[in-house]
Amino acid sequence: MSTRTFRVWRGDAEGGDFAEFDVAVNEGEVVLDVVHRIQAEQAPDLAVRWNCKAGKCGSCSAEVNGMPRLMCMTRMNAFEEREPVTITPLRTFPVVRDLVTDVSFNYEKARQMPQFAPPADLKPGEYRMQQVDVERSQEFRKCIECFLCQNTCHVVRDHEENKPPFSGPRLFIRAAELDMHPLDARDDRREAAQDEQGLGYCNITKCCTEVCPEHIKITDNAIIPMKERVAGDRYDPLVWLGRKIFRKDKKPA
Amino acid sequence: MSDSTTDVERLACDVLVIGAGGAGLRAAVEARLAGKSVIVISKSLFGKAHTVMAEGGAAAAMGNVNANDNWQVHFRDTMRGGKFLNNYRMAEIHAQEAPDRIWELETYGALFDRTADGRISQRNFGGHEYPRLAHVGDRTGLELIRTLQQKLVSLQQDDEAAGEGPDKLQVIDETTITELFVEQGAVKGAFGYRRGTGRFMAVSAPAIVLATGGIGRSFKVTSNSWEYTGDGHALALRAGASLINMEFIQFHPTGMVWPPSVRGILVTESVRGDGGVLKNSEGRRFMFDYIPEVFKAQYADNPEEADRWYTDPDHNRRPPELLPRDEVARAINSEVKAGRGTEHGGVYLDIASRRSAEYIIERLPSMHHQFKELADVDITAEPMEVGPTCHYIMGGVEVDAETAASSVTGLYAAGEVSGGMHGSNRLGGNSLSDLLVFGKRAGEFAAEHAAVTEQPVLSEDEIAAAQADALRPFGSGGENPYELQAALQAVNGRLVGIIRKAEELEEALTELEALRPRIANVAATGGRAYNPGWHLALDLRNMHLCSVATAKAALERDESRGGHTREDAPGMDPAWRRVNLVARLDGEELVLSRQDVPAMTPELLGLFDTSELAKYMTPEEYRSTEAEDA
Repeated sequence: MSTRTFRVWRGDAEGGDFAEFDVAVNEGEVVLDVVHRIQAEQAPDLAVRWNCKAGKCGSCSAEVNGMPRLMCMTRMNAFEEREPVTITPLRTFPVVRDLVTDVSFNYEKARQMPQFAPPADLKPGEYRMQQVDVERSQEFRKCIECFLCQNTCHVVRDHEENKPPFSGPRLFIRAAELDMHPLDARDDRREAAQDEQGLGYCNITKCCTEVCPEHIKITDNAIIPMKERVAGDRYDPLVWLGRKIFRKDKKPA
Repeated sequence: MSDSTTDVERLACDVLVIGAGGAGLRAAVEARLAGKSVIVISKSLFGKAHTVMAEGGAAAAMGNVNANDNWQVHFRDTMRGGKFLNNYRMAEIHAQEAPDRIWELETYGALFDRTADGRISQRNFGGHEYPRLAHVGDRTGLELIRTLQQKLVSLQQDDEAAGEGPDKLQVIDETTITELFVEQGAVKGAFGYRRGTGRFMAVSAPAIVLATGGIGRSFKVTSNSWEYTGDGHALALRAGASLINMEFIQFHPTGMVWPPSVRGILVTESVRGDGGVLKNSEGRRFMFDYIPEVFKAQYADNPEEADRWYTDPDHNRRPPELLPRDEVARAINSEVKAGRGTEHGGVYLDIASRRSAEYIIERLPSMHHQFKELADVDITAEPMEVGPTCHYIMGGVEVDAETAASSVTGLYAAGEVSGGMHGSNRLGGNSLSDLLVFGKRAGEFAAEHAAVTEQPVLSEDEIAAAQADALRPFGSGGENPYELQAALQAVNGRLVGIIRKAEELEEALTELEALRPRIANVAATGGRAYNPGWHLALDLRNMHLCSVATAKAALERDESRGGHTREDAPGMDPAWRRVNLVARLDGEELVLSRQDVPAMTPELLGLFDTSELAKYMTPEEYRSTEAEDA
């Protein structure tokens, strides 16, 4: 056991500041264990959102020493013994209180996109799909909706003005999931991602992939294929090829 | 703070669903499809409910992997698992309807793992005779929640397209219900607060579905999240409904015991279904020593046969690691007590030495990932240290099997908060199917009730009283809620845990009685906006009431059955098999009474060999089948 210094942001929409806590830390603990100890022993009204404490529900998202993380999956042995641990609420969303933010942006965006469209000619029990085909979508359904990708994405992180037209990586993988669903009856998922969700704002910096606690390859497996296919469909392939050749021709000159 | 109720948010709907896990969401879908306006109250954010923690799968006799499976076999397994204390009609409906409820999810967009011919794949699980659990790797619960969450959104979109207002189907998240309003034996609404602002709300509704899950937070070592404070159980009691079987609590045999960051967290039974074995500190695979007489026909008594079963289940008996959960939990407990446990008080669960790393990662991806990330433990390289953790309560609101209705008019219950379906012990995989089957039924019959009932009117007096109750912890001068919670958990863990005896249960009741005034006087500091200390202060009285119900019933039932083991009364007693213990609230006092377990029909009795029935029942009870056999 050792005593560590935690700096926890406390406040609300009006403003706030860091509160410092010296707190006991035991071997094998994670940041959320320590936040709970602060709550139980020093600050009973410290607001923190959590549920499963097992990395499965995606509730305890925060920024730990500046990195967007799940507090339940941030082991204390990742920090130097003397290093203070600083916890702040997610920056992209409005603060409710202390470490809790208002993440309703993400639910509103989910409300706006068309859900799964069942095939008209199949009754329940008649669905047949191959494992290899469902696996592509299953990768995206691993998402625990921690919204760390949404929080990290620079399109909205410091750009409130981009929030209305931009749904963010969480919803791009949802679009990709439905696009790749073997039996989804809609065929406009990619166009909708481009036109309704603001896929075009993404310039593939992969920040979302880096923070995903489920290690979903958001950029490589969802966003890039969606962009490519939109591009492929939007522009006539012969014209595209012509352009490419034309450019090649021009290059040496 | 003022007594005025002018700031209380007023809402009304046809069907109020309290709880947004699998059962609540499935109920909401059904009630909305029946044309009713629905409000779903979610204690946490939408989509975070404890259902996401379910790993193994949803049991449904679709027969996709073994064509011999059918509802009768599933029914039989469920009754065996529950040691014949189940409400047989619930078990029957459950086994019959589970396949339809699973197939339906595919039409909502669920993507289960597949068989080679493209059907939903099914896996083996403890107590199930055939591979039966529809699954998605080991994150089946998440798939269920996400699928139902997305189905609700699609219904909201349908409403919008049809020009309906948004009040037809609302999900109100981060909100806790503290009281139900009842008039002349019928529910009429509920009172609660929004966590974010602390603002109160009163909802008028002629029909209410309780889907609040379990009580596990009252135990120190638990797989349950903070939400599991027995809210629905306590709300039902205070509304006048009865609870049954509260003594039966399932301790999942394999919770992590080390390191502390993951203490209590489950290691899915699939680890054992896919080849993992339990060993004590001497390296002995000890489960062969713990096969009860009633299971000897189905479980292998030697490692050779057990190991052949994984590839040839038709010609070999199952490994004893796959015995029902209560048997495995008791075996682990015995090994530890006999001094053959690990350094941290568990036993070893070893799959690393029995399967390749690639196989483990493919079959148990989220298990592998979870322990690597949470605890720096690599399950492909080293054994896990596991032991029993409080996991599930079989007991709950007494409901009608067909309609999920409680004894209070307009009040329904589904999922873990309801009782009867699982008898004295639940089989793994039966909870996800349970919440779909009875969630649907609760939504359906709640909607039907709402259709013939007038919108109730809530009085200012009852709202003011509920508000005063909720504000009581502020400035009470009492104790810190976290300390009281720890004290409550310590009593349950020490005296009402997996192995019980009369004098310890009496001691528990004395200690719980001593805690009662301290909890009534609990203090909250700070303001009302997102104040977890206040939230816990309000949850504590529910946790306390459920703890008393469990301790009282556990003391009364002097036999051992399923999730209730009495060291001073070992073995099952056929007389107790016919008895349910029913808990009601009489003023402030919790009172117990005895009630007959519903007797199975001759047709259902006929699904079992008389030799098997004789292990559980008195001759008079199974006589009817003998007559038929002859």
